[in-house]
Amino acid sequence: MSVRTTLRASPTLLRVGFAGALAYRAEMIVWVLATTMPLVMLALWTAVANGGPVGRYGRPQFIAYFLATFVVRQLTGCWVFWEMTFEVRNGTLAMRLLRPIHPLWAYAFESVAVTPMRLVVCIPAALATLLIVGRTGVTHEPLLWFAWLVSIAGAWVLTLLVNFIVGSASFFVESSLKLMDLWLVFYFVLSGYLVPVDLFPASVRHVIDWLPFRFQIGLPVEIMTGAHGGRECLVLLARQWSWVLAALLATAATWRLGLKRFAAYGG
Amino acid sequence: MRYLRLLAIQVRASLLLGMQYRMDFLLDGLVEAFWMVTALVPLLVVFRMRNTIAGWSFGEALLVMGWFTFLEGVLEGAINPSLVTVVDHIRKGTLDFVLLKPADAQFLVSTARFQPWRGINVITAALIFAWGFHRIGRWPTLGAVGLAAAMTTAAISVLYSLWILTVSGAFYVVRVDNLTHLFSAIFDAGRWPISVFRGVARIIFTFVIPLALMTTYPAQALLGTLPLATRVATFAGAIVLFGAARAVWTASIARYTSAGG
Repeated sequence: MSVRTTLRASPTLLRVGFAGALAYRAEMIVWVLATTMPLVMLALWTAVANGGPVGRYGRPQFIAYFLATFVVRQLTGCWVFWEMTFEVRNGTLAMRLLRPIHPLWAYAFESVAVTPMRLVVCIPAALATLLIVGRTGVTHEPLLWFAWLVSIAGAWVLTLLVNFIVGSASFFVESSLKLMDLWLVFYFVLSGYLVPVDLFPASVRHVIDWLPFRFQIGLPVEIMTGAHGGRECLVLLARQWSWVLAALLATAATWRLGLKRFAAYGG
Repeated sequence: MRYLRLLAIQVRASLLLGMQYRMDFLLDGLVEAFWMVTALVPLLVVFRMRNTIAGWSFGEALLVMGWFTFLEGVLEGAINPSLVTVVDHIRKGTLDFVLLKPADAQFLVSTARFQPWRGINVITAALIFAWGFHRIGRWPTLGAVGLAAAMTTAAISVLYSLWILTVSGAFYVVRVDNLTHLFSAIFDAGRWPISVFRGVARIIFTFVIPLALMTTYPAQALLGTLPLATRVATFAGAIVLFGAARAVWTASIARYTSAGG
Protein backbone atom coordinates (compact mmCIF):
# COMPACT_ATOMS: atom_id res chain seq x y z
CA MET A 1 0.00 0.00 0.00
CA SER A 2 2.83 2.36 -0.71
CA VAL A 3 2.38 5.88 -1.96
CA ARG A 4 3.70 4.81 -5.34
CA THR A 5 1.13 2.11 -5.95
CA THR A 6 -1.61 4.49 -4.89
CA LEU A 7 -0.39 7.12 -7.32
CA ARG A 8 -0.01 4.61 -10.09
CA ALA A 9 -3.53 3.36 -9.55
CA SER A 10 -5.04 6.83 -9.35
CA PRO A 11 -5.71 7.50 -13.07
CA THR A 12 -7.51 4.19 -13.41
CA LEU A 13 -9.51 4.75 -10.25
CA LEU A 14 -10.51 8.19 -11.46
CA ARG A 15 -11.56 6.79 -14.82
CA VAL A 16 -13.63 4.08 -13.14
CA GLY A 17 -15.26 6.62 -10.86
CA PHE A 18 -16.06 8.91 -13.77
CA ALA A 19 -17.51 6.04 -15.79
CA GLY A 20 -19.69 5.21 -12.80
CA ALA A 21 -20.93 8.77 -12.60
CA LEU A 22 -21.61 8.76 -16.32
CA ALA A 23 -23.55 5.50 -16.13
CA TYR A 24 -25.88 6.87 -13.47
CA ARG A 25 -26.19 10.35 -14.96
CA ALA A 26 -29.97 10.49 -14.68
CA GLU A 27 -29.73 9.70 -11.02
CA MET A 28 -27.08 12.33 -10.66
CA ILE A 29 -29.25 14.98 -12.28
CA VAL A 30 -32.05 14.16 -9.87
CA TRP A 31 -29.65 14.58 -6.97
CA VAL A 32 -28.54 17.92 -8.33
CA LEU A 33 -32.11 19.08 -8.78
CA ALA A 34 -32.81 17.99 -5.24
CA THR A 35 -30.39 20.64 -4.00
CA THR A 36 -33.26 23.09 -3.92
CA MET A 37 -32.59 24.52 -0.49
CA PRO A 38 -30.32 27.38 -1.60
CA LEU A 39 -32.93 28.42 -4.15
CA VAL A 40 -35.74 28.31 -1.62
CA MET A 41 -33.64 30.37 0.77
CA LEU A 42 -32.86 32.72 -2.10
CA ALA A 43 -36.58 33.34 -2.58
CA LEU A 44 -37.06 33.99 1.10
CA TRP A 45 -34.11 36.34 1.48
CA THR A 46 -34.86 38.36 -1.64
CA ALA A 47 -38.39 38.80 -0.29
CA VAL A 48 -36.78 40.15 2.85
CA ALA A 49 -34.45 42.39 0.87
CA ASN A 50 -37.41 43.95 -0.95
CA GLY A 51 -37.96 46.07 2.13
CA GLY A 52 -34.44 47.48 1.90
CA PRO A 53 -30.98 45.90 2.29
CA VAL A 54 -30.18 43.64 5.22
CA GLY A 55 -26.70 44.21 6.60
CA ARG A 56 -24.44 44.25 3.56
CA TYR A 57 -26.97 42.28 1.52
CA GLY A 58 -29.31 43.80 -1.01
CA ARG A 59 -31.22 41.80 -3.59
CA PRO A 60 -28.23 41.26 -5.96
CA GLN A 61 -25.94 40.30 -3.07
CA PHE A 62 -28.42 37.67 -1.89
CA ILE A 63 -28.70 36.28 -5.41
CA ALA A 64 -24.91 36.09 -5.69
CA TYR A 65 -24.62 34.54 -2.23
CA PHE A 66 -27.14 31.76 -2.70
CA LEU A 67 -26.14 30.87 -6.24
CA ALA A 68 -22.57 30.65 -4.93
CA THR A 69 -23.88 28.43 -2.13
CA PHE A 70 -25.45 26.17 -4.72
CA VAL A 71 -22.17 25.93 -6.64
CA VAL A 72 -20.08 25.27 -3.53
CA ARG A 73 -22.51 22.66 -2.26
CA GLN A 74 -22.35 20.86 -5.60
CA LEU A 75 -18.57 20.95 -5.65
CA THR A 76 -18.08 19.78 -2.07
CA GLY A 77 -21.03 17.42 -1.72
CA CYS A 78 -20.00 13.96 -0.66
CA TRP A 79 -22.01 10.96 0.47
CA VAL A 80 -19.27 8.41 0.91
CA PHE A 81 -20.39 7.62 4.46
CA TRP A 82 -23.45 5.99 3.00
CA GLU A 83 -21.47 3.55 0.90
CA MET A 84 -18.97 2.93 3.69
CA THR A 85 -21.67 2.14 6.22
CA PHE A 86 -23.34 -0.15 3.74
CA GLU A 87 -20.12 -2.00 2.97
CA VAL A 88 -19.21 -2.38 6.63
CA ARG A 89 -22.67 -3.77 7.39
CA ASN A 90 -22.83 -6.37 4.68
CA GLY A 91 -19.16 -7.21 4.76
CA THR A 92 -18.24 -6.21 1.23
CA LEU A 93 -15.59 -3.96 2.74
CA ALA A 94 -13.52 -7.15 2.93
CA MET A 95 -13.16 -6.99 -0.86
CA ARG A 96 -11.73 -3.52 -0.64
CA LEU A 97 -9.32 -4.52 2.10
CA LEU A 98 -7.85 -7.18 -0.16
CA ARG A 99 -6.93 -4.70 -2.87
CA PRO A 100 -3.42 -3.27 -2.83
CA ILE A 101 -4.70 0.24 -2.18
CA HIS A 102 -5.99 1.76 1.01
CA PRO A 103 -9.82 1.71 1.01
CA LEU A 104 -10.02 5.32 2.14
CA TRP A 105 -7.94 6.39 -0.85
CA ALA A 106 -10.20 4.41 -3.12
CA TYR A 107 -13.27 6.12 -1.67
CA ALA A 108 -11.58 9.50 -2.02
CA PHE A 109 -10.78 8.90 -5.69
CA GLU A 110 -14.29 7.72 -6.36
CA SER A 111 -15.71 10.90 -4.97
CA VAL A 112 -13.27 13.22 -6.81
CA ALA A 113 -14.11 11.50 -10.05
CA VAL A 114 -17.68 12.82 -9.88
CA THR A 115 -16.47 16.42 -9.99
CA PRO A 116 -16.47 16.84 -13.81
CA MET A 117 -20.12 15.82 -13.93
CA ARG A 118 -20.91 18.28 -11.19
CA LEU A 119 -19.03 21.03 -12.96
CA VAL A 120 -21.41 20.61 -15.86
CA VAL A 121 -24.17 21.72 -13.52
CA CYS A 122 -22.16 24.34 -11.66
CA ILE A 123 -20.92 26.30 -14.62
CA PRO A 124 -24.42 27.35 -15.79
CA ALA A 125 -25.27 28.36 -12.22
CA ALA A 126 -22.07 30.37 -11.98
CA LEU A 127 -22.73 32.01 -15.34
CA ALA A 128 -26.27 32.81 -14.26
CA THR A 129 -24.83 34.58 -11.23
CA LEU A 130 -22.65 36.70 -13.47
CA LEU A 131 -25.50 37.44 -15.85
CA ILE A 132 -28.02 38.39 -13.19
CA VAL A 133 -25.93 40.39 -10.80
CA GLY A 134 -23.10 41.43 -13.10
CA ARG A 135 -19.49 41.53 -12.12
CA THR A 136 -20.21 43.31 -8.87
CA GLY A 137 -21.61 40.18 -7.26
CA VAL A 138 -18.32 38.31 -7.17
CA THR A 139 -14.83 39.29 -6.19
CA HIS A 140 -12.42 40.74 -8.78
CA GLU A 141 -9.21 40.11 -6.93
CA PRO A 142 -7.21 37.33 -8.68
CA LEU A 143 -5.49 36.51 -5.38
CA LEU A 144 -8.85 36.05 -3.73
CA TRP A 145 -9.84 33.63 -6.46
CA PHE A 146 -6.73 31.67 -5.63
CA ALA A 147 -7.76 31.77 -1.97
CA TRP A 148 -11.17 30.55 -3.12
CA LEU A 149 -9.58 27.50 -4.74
CA VAL A 150 -7.72 26.76 -1.52
CA SER A 151 -10.92 27.15 0.49
CA ILE A 152 -12.89 24.91 -1.87
CA ALA A 153 -10.20 22.26 -1.57
CA GLY A 154 -10.30 22.64 2.21
CA ALA A 155 -14.09 22.42 2.29
CA TRP A 156 -14.03 19.35 0.10
CA VAL A 157 -11.39 17.55 2.16
CA LEU A 158 -13.13 18.46 5.41
CA THR A 159 -16.46 17.13 4.16
CA LEU A 160 -14.80 13.96 2.92
CA LEU A 161 -13.09 13.42 6.27
CA VAL A 162 -16.32 13.95 8.16
CA ASN A 163 -17.80 11.30 5.89
CA PHE A 164 -14.92 8.99 6.73
CA ILE A 165 -15.32 9.53 10.46
CA VAL A 166 -19.04 8.82 10.34
CA GLY A 167 -18.40 5.86 8.06
CA SER A 168 -15.77 4.50 10.47
CA ALA A 169 -18.20 5.05 13.33
CA SER A 170 -20.31 2.32 11.76
CA PHE A 171 -17.68 -0.14 13.01
CA PHE A 172 -18.73 0.77 16.55
CA VAL A 173 -22.38 1.79 16.53
CA GLU A 174 -25.31 0.54 14.54
CA SER A 175 -27.00 3.88 14.11
CA SER A 176 -24.12 5.77 12.53
CA LEU A 177 -26.46 7.07 9.83
CA LYS A 178 -28.31 9.03 12.50
CA LEU A 179 -25.00 10.47 13.54
CA MET A 180 -24.72 11.97 10.09
CA ASP A 181 -28.25 13.31 10.39
CA LEU A 182 -27.26 15.16 13.53
CA TRP A 183 -24.14 16.52 11.89
CA LEU A 184 -26.19 17.68 8.92
CA VAL A 185 -28.55 19.63 11.16
CA PHE A 186 -25.67 21.68 12.55
CA TYR A 187 -24.12 21.87 9.12
CA PHE A 188 -27.28 23.31 7.58
CA VAL A 189 -27.91 25.82 10.32
CA LEU A 190 -24.43 27.01 11.20
CA SER A 191 -22.53 26.79 7.92
CA GLY A 192 -24.07 29.71 6.11
CA TYR A 193 -26.10 27.35 3.97
CA LEU A 194 -29.48 28.71 5.07
CA VAL A 195 -28.50 32.01 6.61
CA PRO A 196 -25.35 33.96 5.74
CA VAL A 197 -23.10 33.76 8.77
CA ASP A 198 -22.80 37.52 9.21
CA LEU A 199 -26.56 37.89 9.62
CA PHE A 200 -26.51 35.94 12.87
CA PRO A 201 -26.37 37.92 16.11
CA ALA A 202 -22.80 38.60 17.24
CA SER A 203 -22.93 36.12 20.11
CA VAL A 204 -23.90 33.24 17.82
CA ARG A 205 -21.28 34.30 15.31
CA HIS A 206 -18.50 33.95 17.89
CA VAL A 207 -19.56 30.36 18.44
CA ILE A 208 -19.73 29.67 14.70
CA ASP A 209 -16.20 31.03 14.27
CA TRP A 210 -14.85 28.18 16.35
CA LEU A 211 -16.92 25.38 14.85
CA PRO A 212 -16.02 23.44 11.70
CA PHE A 213 -19.34 23.84 9.88
CA ARG A 214 -18.74 27.24 8.36
CA PHE A 215 -15.54 25.97 6.74
CA GLN A 216 -17.48 23.34 4.87
CA ILE A 217 -19.53 25.80 2.87
CA GLY A 218 -19.67 29.33 4.22
CA LEU A 219 -16.04 30.26 3.77
CA PRO A 220 -15.74 29.55 0.02
CA VAL A 221 -19.03 31.31 -0.58
CA GLU A 222 -17.92 34.35 1.39
CA ILE A 223 -14.59 34.53 -0.41
CA MET A 224 -16.30 34.15 -3.76
CA THR A 225 -18.73 36.97 -3.06
CA GLY A 226 -15.95 39.20 -1.78
CA ALA A 227 -16.93 39.35 1.89
CA HIS A 228 -13.37 39.22 3.19
CA GLY A 229 -10.20 41.17 2.57
CA GLY A 230 -6.84 39.45 2.09
CA ARG A 231 -5.73 39.35 5.72
CA GLU A 232 -9.07 38.09 7.03
CA CYS A 233 -9.00 35.44 4.34
CA LEU A 234 -5.66 34.11 5.50
CA VAL A 235 -6.83 33.87 9.13
CA LEU A 236 -9.97 32.01 8.12
CA LEU A 237 -8.10 29.71 5.74
CA ALA A 238 -5.65 28.89 8.52
CA ARG A 239 -8.56 27.95 10.76
CA GLN A 240 -10.14 25.88 8.04
CA TRP A 241 -6.98 23.88 7.46
CA SER A 242 -6.51 23.41 11.21
CA TRP A 243 -9.90 21.74 11.19
CA VAL A 244 -8.83 19.66 8.22
CA LEU A 245 -5.77 18.52 10.16
CA ALA A 246 -7.84 17.72 13.24
CA ALA A 247 -10.31 15.76 11.13
CA LEU A 248 -7.44 13.90 9.49
CA LEU A 249 -6.14 12.74 12.87
CA ALA A 250 -9.64 11.78 13.98
CA THR A 251 -10.18 9.83 10.76
CA ALA A 252 -6.92 7.92 11.16
CA ALA A 253 -7.80 7.06 14.76
CA THR A 254 -11.41 5.94 14.18
CA TRP A 255 -10.52 3.97 11.06
CA ARG A 256 -7.65 2.07 12.75
CA LEU A 257 -9.59 1.31 15.91
CA GLY A 258 -12.70 0.46 13.96
CA LEU A 259 -11.01 -1.87 11.52
CA LYS A 260 -9.88 -4.08 14.39
CA ARG A 261 -13.52 -4.70 15.20
CA PHE A 262 -14.48 -5.44 11.63
CA ALA A 263 -15.75 -8.92 10.98
CA ALA A 264 -16.95 -9.96 7.56
CA TYR A 265 -19.06 -13.03 7.13
CA GLY A 266 -17.80 -15.48 4.56
CA GLY A 267 -20.12 -16.86 1.96
CA MET B 1 -66.03 -1.43 7.52
CA ARG B 2 -63.88 -4.28 6.35
CA TYR B 3 -61.33 -1.77 5.10
CA LEU B 4 -61.28 -0.01 8.46
CA ARG B 5 -60.46 -3.32 10.12
CA LEU B 6 -57.75 -3.97 7.56
CA LEU B 7 -56.33 -0.52 8.18
CA ALA B 8 -56.20 -1.21 11.93
CA ILE B 9 -54.31 -4.44 11.31
CA GLN B 10 -51.81 -2.79 8.99
CA VAL B 11 -51.20 0.05 11.43
CA ARG B 12 -50.68 -2.37 14.29
CA ALA B 13 -48.15 -4.37 12.29
CA SER B 14 -46.15 -1.22 11.53
CA LEU B 15 -46.33 -0.12 15.15
CA LEU B 16 -45.01 -3.45 16.37
CA LEU B 17 -42.27 -3.36 13.77
CA GLY B 18 -41.32 0.14 14.84
CA MET B 19 -41.38 -0.68 18.55
CA GLN B 20 -39.09 -3.61 17.96
CA TYR B 21 -36.22 -1.23 17.52
CA ARG B 22 -36.81 0.96 20.55
CA MET B 23 -33.45 2.68 20.46
CA ASP B 24 -33.97 3.60 16.83
CA PHE B 25 -37.45 4.77 17.71
CA LEU B 26 -36.09 7.20 20.28
CA LEU B 27 -33.16 8.33 18.18
CA ASP B 28 -35.39 8.97 15.21
CA GLY B 29 -37.67 11.07 17.34
CA LEU B 30 -34.70 13.03 18.61
CA VAL B 31 -33.22 13.59 15.17
CA GLU B 32 -36.64 14.63 13.91
CA ALA B 33 -36.99 17.22 16.67
CA PHE B 34 -33.52 18.48 15.81
CA TRP B 35 -34.43 18.87 12.16
CA MET B 36 -37.14 21.29 13.18
CA VAL B 37 -34.36 23.61 14.29
CA THR B 38 -33.15 23.91 10.70
CA ALA B 39 -36.57 25.23 9.78
CA LEU B 40 -36.97 27.58 12.72
CA VAL B 41 -33.54 29.21 12.79
CA PRO B 42 -33.88 31.03 9.43
CA LEU B 43 -37.34 32.16 10.50
CA LEU B 44 -36.01 33.60 13.74
CA VAL B 45 -33.11 35.33 12.01
CA VAL B 46 -35.35 36.79 9.32
CA PHE B 47 -37.93 38.16 11.72
CA ARG B 48 -35.26 39.65 13.93
CA MET B 49 -34.72 42.11 11.08
CA ARG B 50 -38.24 42.68 9.82
CA ASN B 51 -41.69 42.73 11.32
CA THR B 52 -43.42 41.42 8.25
CA ILE B 53 -42.17 39.55 5.21
CA ALA B 54 -44.23 39.39 2.04
CA GLY B 55 -47.25 40.38 4.12
CA TRP B 56 -46.76 37.81 6.88
CA SER B 57 -45.95 38.56 10.49
CA PHE B 58 -43.85 36.26 12.64
CA GLY B 59 -46.84 34.62 14.30
CA GLU B 60 -48.56 34.05 10.97
CA ALA B 61 -45.42 32.60 9.39
CA LEU B 62 -45.23 30.23 12.36
CA LEU B 63 -48.68 28.90 11.41
CA VAL B 64 -47.42 28.08 7.91
CA MET B 65 -44.44 26.37 9.50
CA GLY B 66 -46.81 24.44 11.75
CA TRP B 67 -48.76 23.09 8.79
CA PHE B 68 -45.54 22.26 7.05
CA THR B 69 -44.36 20.25 10.06
CA PHE B 70 -47.66 18.46 10.33
CA LEU B 71 -47.81 17.54 6.65
CA GLU B 72 -44.18 16.52 6.61
CA GLY B 73 -45.06 14.12 9.39
CA VAL B 74 -47.95 12.75 7.33
CA LEU B 75 -45.77 12.49 4.24
CA GLU B 76 -42.80 10.81 5.88
CA GLY B 77 -44.80 8.81 8.36
CA ALA B 78 -47.77 7.51 6.45
CA ILE B 79 -47.36 8.10 2.72
CA ASN B 80 -43.68 7.82 1.93
CA PRO B 81 -42.81 4.48 3.60
CA SER B 82 -45.69 2.62 1.98
CA LEU B 83 -44.95 3.92 -1.45
CA VAL B 84 -41.25 3.15 -1.20
CA THR B 85 -42.35 -0.39 -0.42
CA VAL B 86 -44.48 -0.50 -3.58
CA VAL B 87 -41.61 0.67 -5.75
CA ASP B 88 -39.56 -2.15 -4.28
CA HIS B 89 -42.36 -4.61 -4.99
CA ILE B 90 -42.60 -3.48 -8.58
CA ARG B 91 -38.87 -3.75 -9.14
CA LYS B 92 -38.62 -7.22 -7.66
CA GLY B 93 -41.87 -8.48 -9.07
CA THR B 94 -43.25 -9.31 -5.63
CA LEU B 95 -46.20 -7.05 -6.26
CA ASP B 96 -47.89 -10.24 -7.43
CA PHE B 97 -48.44 -11.24 -3.82
CA VAL B 98 -50.18 -7.98 -3.07
CA LEU B 99 -52.36 -8.21 -6.17
CA LEU B 100 -53.42 -11.72 -5.22
CA LYS B 101 -54.88 -10.60 -1.91
CA PRO B 102 -58.67 -10.23 -1.84
CA ALA B 103 -58.70 -6.46 -1.24
CA ASP B 104 -58.14 -3.34 -3.29
CA ALA B 105 -54.47 -3.21 -4.30
CA GLN B 106 -54.19 0.55 -4.03
CA PHE B 107 -55.54 0.39 -0.50
CA LEU B 108 -53.17 -2.40 0.46
CA VAL B 109 -50.05 -0.76 -0.90
CA SER B 110 -50.96 2.64 0.53
CA THR B 111 -51.31 1.29 4.05
CA ALA B 112 -48.47 -1.21 3.92
CA ARG B 113 -46.11 0.67 6.15
CA PHE B 114 -46.24 3.46 8.72
CA GLN B 115 -43.46 5.05 10.68
CA PRO B 116 -45.01 5.73 14.04
CA TRP B 117 -42.26 7.97 15.44
CA ARG B 118 -43.23 10.61 12.90
CA GLY B 119 -46.14 11.19 15.21
CA ILE B 120 -43.71 13.46 16.99
CA ASN B 121 -44.26 15.92 14.15
CA VAL B 122 -47.87 16.31 15.24
CA ILE B 123 -46.73 17.31 18.70
CA THR B 124 -44.12 19.71 17.32
CA ALA B 125 -46.72 21.19 14.99
CA ALA B 126 -49.12 21.71 17.90
CA LEU B 127 -46.41 23.51 19.85
CA ILE B 128 -45.61 25.73 16.87
CA PHE B 129 -49.32 26.57 16.45
CA ALA B 130 -49.58 27.48 20.12
CA TRP B 131 -46.51 29.70 19.83
CA GLY B 132 -47.81 31.31 16.65
CA PHE B 133 -51.20 32.17 18.10
CA HIS B 134 -49.56 33.39 21.25
CA ARG B 135 -47.55 35.83 19.12
CA ILE B 136 -50.61 36.90 17.15
CA GLY B 137 -52.42 37.48 20.41
CA ARG B 138 -55.76 35.90 19.56
CA TRP B 139 -57.04 32.38 19.15
CA PRO B 140 -58.79 31.08 16.02
CA THR B 141 -62.57 30.83 15.94
CA LEU B 142 -64.18 27.41 15.94
CA GLY B 143 -65.31 27.91 12.33
CA ALA B 144 -61.76 28.73 11.28
CA VAL B 145 -60.47 25.54 12.89
CA GLY B 146 -63.16 23.54 11.12
CA LEU B 147 -62.26 25.09 7.78
CA ALA B 148 -58.57 24.49 8.40
CA ALA B 149 -59.30 20.84 9.18
CA ALA B 150 -61.21 20.52 5.92
CA MET B 151 -58.37 22.20 4.05
CA THR B 152 -55.96 19.75 5.61
CA THR B 153 -58.01 16.84 4.38
CA ALA B 154 -57.81 18.32 0.91
CA ALA B 155 -54.07 18.89 1.33
CA ILE B 156 -53.42 15.31 2.43
CA SER B 157 -55.53 14.05 -0.43
CA VAL B 158 -53.52 16.11 -2.92
CA LEU B 159 -50.26 14.95 -1.40
CA TYR B 160 -51.40 11.37 -1.59
CA SER B 161 -52.61 11.74 -5.18
CA LEU B 162 -49.30 13.21 -6.27
CA TRP B 163 -47.58 10.25 -4.71
CA ILE B 164 -49.81 7.72 -6.36
CA LEU B 165 -49.03 9.41 -9.66
CA THR B 166 -45.30 9.18 -8.92
CA VAL B 167 -45.56 5.54 -8.02
CA SER B 168 -47.61 4.78 -11.11
CA GLY B 169 -44.55 6.07 -12.91
CA ALA B 170 -42.63 3.16 -11.39
CA PHE B 171 -44.47 0.79 -13.73
CA TYR B 172 -42.85 2.57 -16.65
CA VAL B 173 -39.50 3.81 -15.33
CA VAL B 174 -38.07 1.62 -12.65
CA ARG B 175 -35.99 4.05 -10.65
CA VAL B 176 -38.50 6.35 -9.05
CA ASP B 177 -37.10 6.24 -5.52
CA ASN B 178 -34.95 9.10 -6.68
CA LEU B 179 -38.03 11.00 -7.73
CA THR B 180 -39.46 10.57 -4.26
CA HIS B 181 -36.30 12.14 -2.93
CA LEU B 182 -36.69 15.01 -5.36
CA PHE B 183 -40.25 15.50 -4.23
CA SER B 184 -39.20 15.71 -0.59
CA ALA B 185 -36.65 18.35 -1.55
CA ILE B 186 -39.25 20.40 -3.37
CA PHE B 187 -41.66 19.96 -0.50
CA ASP B 188 -39.17 21.88 1.65
CA ALA B 189 -40.27 25.04 -0.12
CA GLY B 190 -43.64 24.66 1.59
CA ARG B 191 -42.27 25.94 4.86
CA TRP B 192 -42.62 29.52 3.70
CA PRO B 193 -45.80 31.41 2.80
CA ILE B 194 -46.47 31.29 -0.94
CA SER B 195 -46.24 35.06 -1.25
CA VAL B 196 -42.48 34.77 -0.66
CA PHE B 197 -42.15 33.28 -4.13
CA ARG B 198 -42.55 35.21 -7.34
CA GLY B 199 -43.01 34.57 -11.00
CA VAL B 200 -42.63 31.02 -12.25
CA ALA B 201 -41.90 29.52 -8.84
CA ARG B 202 -45.17 30.88 -7.52
CA ILE B 203 -47.19 29.48 -10.40
CA ILE B 204 -45.55 26.08 -10.02
CA PHE B 205 -46.10 25.96 -6.27
CA THR B 206 -49.72 26.99 -6.65
CA PHE B 207 -50.85 24.87 -9.59
CA VAL B 208 -48.34 22.19 -10.54
CA ILE B 209 -47.01 21.11 -7.16
CA PRO B 210 -49.58 22.88 -5.03
CA LEU B 211 -47.54 23.60 -1.93
CA ALA B 212 -49.61 26.73 -1.39
CA LEU B 213 -52.67 24.58 -0.98
CA MET B 214 -50.90 22.43 1.59
CA THR B 215 -49.37 24.95 3.95
CA THR B 216 -50.34 28.52 3.13
CA TYR B 217 -54.07 28.03 2.62
CA PRO B 218 -54.69 26.07 5.83
CA ALA B 219 -52.77 28.76 7.71
CA GLN B 220 -54.94 31.42 6.07
CA ALA B 221 -57.99 29.37 6.97
CA LEU B 222 -56.93 29.45 10.62
CA LEU B 223 -56.47 33.20 10.40
CA GLY B 224 -59.84 33.56 8.70
CA THR B 225 -58.39 35.35 5.66
CA LEU B 226 -58.88 32.68 3.02
CA PRO B 227 -61.04 33.91 0.10
CA LEU B 228 -64.13 31.86 -0.74
CA ALA B 229 -63.04 31.28 -4.34
CA THR B 230 -59.77 29.75 -3.17
CA ARG B 231 -61.64 27.38 -0.86
CA VAL B 232 -63.89 26.15 -3.63
CA ALA B 233 -60.98 25.81 -6.07
CA THR B 234 -58.98 23.86 -3.52
CA PHE B 235 -61.67 21.27 -2.90
CA ALA B 236 -62.51 20.95 -6.57
CA GLY B 237 -58.83 20.55 -7.42
CA ALA B 238 -58.31 17.96 -4.72
CA ILE B 239 -61.25 15.86 -5.90
CA VAL B 240 -60.24 16.02 -9.56
CA LEU B 241 -56.64 15.13 -8.76
CA PHE B 242 -57.72 12.22 -6.58
CA GLY B 243 -59.89 10.88 -9.39
CA ALA B 244 -57.09 11.31 -11.90
CA ALA B 245 -54.61 9.54 -9.64
CA ARG B 246 -56.99 6.63 -9.21
CA ALA B 247 -57.51 6.38 -12.97
CA VAL B 248 -53.79 6.48 -13.70
CA TRP B 249 -53.12 3.86 -11.04
CA THR B 250 -55.72 1.53 -12.52
CA ALA B 251 -54.31 2.02 -16.01
CA SER B 252 -50.75 1.43 -14.81
CA ILE B 253 -51.55 -1.70 -12.88
CA ALA B 254 -53.16 -3.15 -15.97
CA ARG B 255 -49.77 -2.84 -17.64
CA TYR B 256 -47.94 -4.61 -14.85
CA THR B 257 -46.35 -7.80 -16.11
CA SER B 258 -44.37 -8.89 -13.07
CA ALA B 259 -40.61 -9.36 -13.07
CA GLY B 260 -40.50 -13.07 -12.50
CA GLY B 261 -39.14 -15.47 -15.02
